[in-house]
Formats: sequence, structure tokens, C-alpha cells
Amino acid sequence: MTTSPVQTASEPNPSPSGQANAPLSIETSELPLDHSHGAHLDVRMFGLATFLVADGMTFAGFFAAYLTFRAVNPLPPGSNYELELILPTINTVILIISSFTFHRAGKECRADRLGASRVWLAITGALGAAFLAGQMVEYFSLPFGLTENLFASTFYALTGFHGLHVTLGVICIAIVALQTHRGGQVTAANHFGLEAAELYWHFVDVIWVVLFGLLYLL
Amino acid sequence: MTIANPNDFNEPLQPSGWLRYFSFSLDHKVIGIQYLVCGFIFYLIGGALAGVIRVELASPISDFVSRDTYNEVLTLHGTIMIFLWIVPVVNGGFGNYLIPFYVGARDMAFPRLNAVAFWMIPPAGMLLISSYFLAGAAAQSGWTAYPPLSLTTPAAGQVVWILSVLLLGGSSIFGAINFIATVLKLRRPGLKLMQLPMYCWAMLGTSILAVLSTPVLAGTLILLSFDIIAHTGFFNPTLGGNVVVYQHLFWFYSHPAVYIMVLPAFGLVSEILPVHARKPLFGYVTMVYSIMAIVFLGLIVWAHHMFTSGTPPWMRLFFTIATSFIAVPTGIKFFNWLATLWGGRIAINSAMLFACAFILNFVFGGITGVALAQVPFDIHVHDTYFVVGHFHYIVYGGTVFVIFSSLYHWYPKFTGRLLNEDLGRLHFLLTFIGFNLCFLPQHWLGLNGMPRRVAEYDPAFTTLNQISSVGALLMAISTLPLLINVVVTAFKGEIAGDNPWNALTPEWLTSSPPPVENWPGEAPLVKEPYGYGHTEPALAQEATP
Ligand code: HEM
Ligand SMILES: [Cu+2]
Repeated sequence: MTTSPVQTASEPNPSPSGQANAPLSIETSELPLDHSHGAHLDVRMFGLATFLVADGMTFAGFFAAYLTFRAVNPLPPGSNYELELILPTINTVILIISSFTFHRAGKECRADRLGASRVWLAITGALGAAFLAGQMVEYFSLPFGLTENLFASTFYALTGFHGLHVTLGVICIAIVALQTHRGGQVTAANHFGLEAAELYWHFVDVIWVVLFGLLYLL
Repeated sequence: MTIANPNDFNEPLQPSGWLRYFSFSLDHKVIGIQYLVCGFIFYLIGGALAGVIRVELASPISDFVSRDTYNEVLTLHGTIMIFLWIVPVVNGGFGNYLIPFYVGARDMAFPRLNAVAFWMIPPAGMLLISSYFLAGAAAQSGWTAYPPLSLTTPAAGQVVWILSVLLLGGSSIFGAINFIATVLKLRRPGLKLMQLPMYCWAMLGTSILAVLSTPVLAGTLILLSFDIIAHTGFFNPTLGGNVVVYQHLFWFYSHPAVYIMVLPAFGLVSEILPVHARKPLFGYVTMVYSIMAIVFLGLIVWAHHMFTSGTPPWMRLFFTIATSFIAVPTGIKFFNWLATLWGGRIAINSAMLFACAFILNFVFGGITGVALAQVPFDIHVHDTYFVVGHFHYIVYGGTVFVIFSSLYHWYPKFTGRLLNEDLGRLHFLLTFIGFNLCFLPQHWLGLNGMPRRVAEYDPAFTTLNQISSVGALLMAISTLPLLINVVVTAFKGEIAGDNPWNALTPEWLTSSPPPVENWPGEAPLVKEPYGYGHTEPALAQEATP
């Protein structure tokens, strides 16, 4: 009997690590049917990280397309493609600072200082909004439109897709900030929402740095 | 959001009986069946479209449908079969049903995401099909949607096509995230990775491919839609764009996509063969490594679809060599399956017939694939019926055969009843003969230069085309015994008992059909899912009838 490859509940034969079976017993409900709730924070963060890998691949595809265009499709002479550097550089700094302020918000939250956490979240959200505003100003001051030439189209597609991510991030920050307030959905003990938004924000930040390097500096 | 009792969450959403299959159920088993049934409906629709194609091609002139309609039908056929039948069924269908059992869990890691992923599919499918009626003209540029063709054919249909494929791609990514998290994070305590049934590895590899490559397709199609709607020029040479960039991005997804279609089938067949041959799966470790090698190589061979797109010589060389290398891990798997059968007590039932025919068809498609990877040969037969023959041997002769095999194997699990064997064998015979009759002659057609995707052809090709159409007719007829079998046995079939095949994998160590929580008590710890023969002499002797 001990050579059986299968151990079932009916067999008294214990699994190697004594209590290994316990978390799966339905009576104790330790592993509920719905895994997206309860103590499975790490699984959810893992899922989010996987999603961000996928999202990053979308950007990778765009970057690859952009670089190939640059390499093999030279713009016709006299094309309009000059970018201003000052505003985007300020924007880059804003976004990098916002990653630190978000980190600070997370720290305050875990230390159970929800008020301080909320303030830092508000600052982060404001920085994100400032970035978007800067982006808008840049869009309206550029001398070329979406269909002007291949570079222009790629520029708007890339920055626009990234801006969409920032917008979503700002909305998430607003929601999380509200959740530290009411109903206690984000607390020191249960802060999945905040951590998820933070990871996402850092991701958007890193993508911007790559994008800035490729579009503005290269 | 706090939920005191997980059952509060599940129960109200689960009307008992058949109604739950129409609900936003979170039960992985219900979702699995939803994928299977939904996919099968699209298979019938895609099959009807294939019928239109073969009737049209029975004569060299376009007499049955107009050329434009032919192009629409061809595009819908390819898109439906790939994105609404093969991919959802071998991944979402069997994956959702089996993976939680295999890792010893009560459900997938993210049940709600899982339900969302499924419920994206029916609307996407309806959207796609409705474009034929609503937008005036459905997309006409094939499942590859190459520009500039996709920029010059009717725009509305193409945009709806893009929208639909984006939805289906999103569904596929969500599903993949769920599989990765479930296999890596939800394993029952005590269960090691190297003890998992092979299908888990196949789904892990497939999901990695889906996560890495599907987003690139999504980005590409967004750019393509800009070209159509906003008149940007990413892929429009007249506006300074570059069509070859589209091809690179498209195939960066779509070559991995062929493995998204076939790797799960590898996994399923690796579950089925040991049970019906009463032998352990041969070469477990090499199987695992070859899956991972295929995942890696699958990501770096895409340009073998582009040998005639003006690719520079160094690129041709690299992609020929990389592609040829895929034959190594694929060959390892092939010989492992043969060795699994070798000396086994093989039960010749419907599941096994389809599984063995898979091996046969797949090796043929693999060989034509390696031939296609050689530039001098490919330049001759690219975009001819030879390519159509190649991929149907793999996608239909490989994956669809495995889907049928899996249906006969797991139907007792789903319903508690056995499918009728006589009807099953009839189904197999018709499918096998019809399939080979339909697709074998296409290799000759291609070698002699008949281009693919055309409604009219040189009358010299008539006879072979007619043979192919007769094969298609047989395949159409073959769905009848299958349909009758599935519907009738659901009500009147022989009661299967909990474990009709005496299988050792964990999904069989519970009742059939299983309870909502999968096992009434604790999840079993199955350390040797293929321990047939040597560790379970009692079971081995009672091999299937
Ligand atoms: C044994 C390894 C394989 C090799 C070496 C291989 C090679 C190739 C090559 C070189 C082509 C391009 C032919 C051309 O367009 O001129 C091709 C086309 C294709 N292959 Fe394979 N293949 C293999 C396996 C598979 C598998 C496993 C699948 C699917 C499950 C598959 C599906 C396809 C499809 C769908 C096409 C045609 C795409 C299109 O143009 O519409 N192949 N294959
Ligand atoms: Cu390929």
C-alpha cells in the first residue's frame, strides 16, 4: 500500500510534511473556492506582474516598430520632426519623483499611518496629472500633427499609448486614496490595492524612461 | 471587498443544472465546458464556411460565390477556426477543466478573471460574424490581414475584424495569466513541479508564449487600425510606411500562435496515451525540457514566414537554422510518444484511435514544415497550396484530432456517461479518410504551383481539387455521428462510473462529474500520475476493455 503513487483522503498514510494536507481541507475553508480574496496577496501580485510583462511586450512591439522605421524608412528631405527637449525633460523628472512619493505612501500605509499615506498619494496623483498636463501642452505646441509623417505618427502613437497608461494610473491612485479613507478597503493589514497601483505606477515610469530615451534622445 | 464565506460568492451565481452554463459562473469546470461548447459551435460555423470554399473550388471558375465573397468567406473561416475554435478549446476549454485538478486546487487562481476571459469570446465571435451582414462587407484580407491589402479592402469590415481579434487576444492573455499563476502558485502542498501531469507543463509553456507574443499582435493591430481610420502611414508605403514591419510584428505573434494551438494538444495526448496503453509516459523529463525548448525556439523563428518578403540573406540563414532546430525537441516528443505505446497493453478505442492518428498526421506536417523552412524550397511553394496542406496537417490532423480524442477520453468525466464506441469509430473513420483525402492532394497542387487564397484556378488543377472537395464532404458528414453521439449519450449513454479508464491522474480520483469543490475531502497527492504497470499492478491488469 505504501508504494501506491496515489494518496487520497481515505488513506491514513500521511503526506511527507505532516500537516501538508490541512490547507486544502474544505471543512476548514482555508483555501476558499474564490482565491481572489483573503490571504493570497502574493498570488494576486504575481498575476499583476505577469500582466505587466504582457503590457511591456506591447510597448516592446511599438519600440521595435519605431526603431525599424528609423533604420530603414528615412523621412523625405524637409520633413518636420524636431522635438523640444525642455518640457519633456521636466516631465521625466516629475514622473521619476512621483515613483518615490508613491513608495513613501506605501511605507506610511504599512506603518498604519493612513492619513500620511493619503497625503503622499495625493501628491503622487497631482504629479501624474501635472505630467499629463505637460504632455498636452507639448502636443499642442508641436509643429506636426498625427499624419504629418512616419515619425510623427509613431511619436503620437507611442506617447499617446503611454499617456493612456498614466491616465489609468492617476485614476487608480484616486481610487486607492479614497479607499484609505472610507470603508477601510486599504489598511495596514490589507493593502493589495495600494501595492498593485504602486507596482503599476513604477512600471509606467520605467516605460517612460525608455520611451524618453528612444524618442527624444536617440 | 470582504466576503465572509466563499460560498456566498459562488452559490447565487450558480443556478443548478444546465442553466449554470449560461451564467457568469466562477467554477472552473463550468467555464471549461462553456469554452468547449462555445468553441464547438464556432467550429460548426467555420466548417460551414470551409464547405463554401470547397464547393467553390470544385470547379476552376468562380461560379458558386463571387470573388469578393470568396475572400470574405476565406477570411472568416481562418479567423474563426484559429481564434474561436482551436485556441479557446485546447487552452481555455480543457485547460480550465483539468489544470486545477492537476495541481490539486479547488479552482483557478483568479476565477473572476477567468469568467471575464470566457465571456469576452461570444461577443467577439458575434461581432466578427455580424460584420458579414452589418458592415456591408466583412474583412477580405485573410487571417493575416497583411497591408496594403487590408488597407484597400472595405474598411468597415476590416475594423470590425481588428476589434474582434483584439477582444479574443485579450481573452487569451487573461487566460494565460491565470494558467501561469495556477500552475506556479496554486500547487497543493507537497506536489513538486516535476510531478505534475504533462498537460500542466504544456499549458505553462503555452501561456508563457501567449503572454509574450499576443500583446505584440494587439499593438500591431492598433497601428493597423490607425492606418485605416486615421490615415496614418505606419504600414502604408504610399505614405512612407513599411509593410514588412507589419509582417515581422504579425509573425512575432503568429508563429508562437501555432504553438499556442499545438502545445496544449501535445500535453493532452501525453495524458491520453499512457492511460490507454497502460504504461508510464516515456521520458517525462525530456518531455518537459523539449516543451521549454519549443517555447524558446518558437519565439525566434517567425521570419520563416517571410522568406519571399525581401528578407536579407543573413536573416534567411538565421531563421532557416533556428526553424530547423525546432525539429529536435519536436522529434524527441514524437519518439517519446512512440516509446510510450511500445509494448503497452493498448486499448483500441475511439480516444486512442484519434490519438494515434494525431501522431501520424503530426509527423507528416512536421516533415513538410522542415521542408518549408529551407529557403530554396520555400521560395517555390510559398503562398501555394503546399503551405495550406502543411498547416492543416498540423492544425487539423494534429490539434483537432487531439480535441476529438480528448472528448472521448474526458466525456465520462464531464457527464458521467461514456460516448458510444461504434459511433466513435465511425466518426474516426470518416474524419481520418476525409481529412487525408482533403489535404493530401493539396501538397501536389502546391508543388505544381496552384496559389492559395484564390477563387479561380488553372483548369489543369481540377481533378485534385475535386478529390479535395470530396474529402471535405466526408469531413462534413463525419460531424454527424459526433453530434448524435454527444447529444444522445448525454441522456441515454452507458453510465461510466467514476473512473472508467482506471486512470491515475487526479481528475479521476473523484466522482464523475465532480462536485463543485472537486474532491469531497482533501485533494489527493498524486506523485506519479503515470504510475501504470510498475507501481500499480492491480490497475494494470484491469486494463480497459
Ligand atoms: C515542425 C515544425 C514546423 C516547421 C519547421 C514549420 C515551418 C513552417 C514554414 C517554414 C512555414 C511558412 C511557409 C510559407 O508560407 O512559405 C509554415 C507555415 C505555417 N505553419 Fe508551420 N512549421 C512547423 C510546425 C507548425 C505547427 C506546429 C503549426 C500549427 C500548429 C504550424 C502552422 C503553420 C501555419 C498556420 C502556417 C501558414 C501560415 C500562413 O501563411 O497562413 N506549423 N510552417
Ligand atoms: Cu511558423
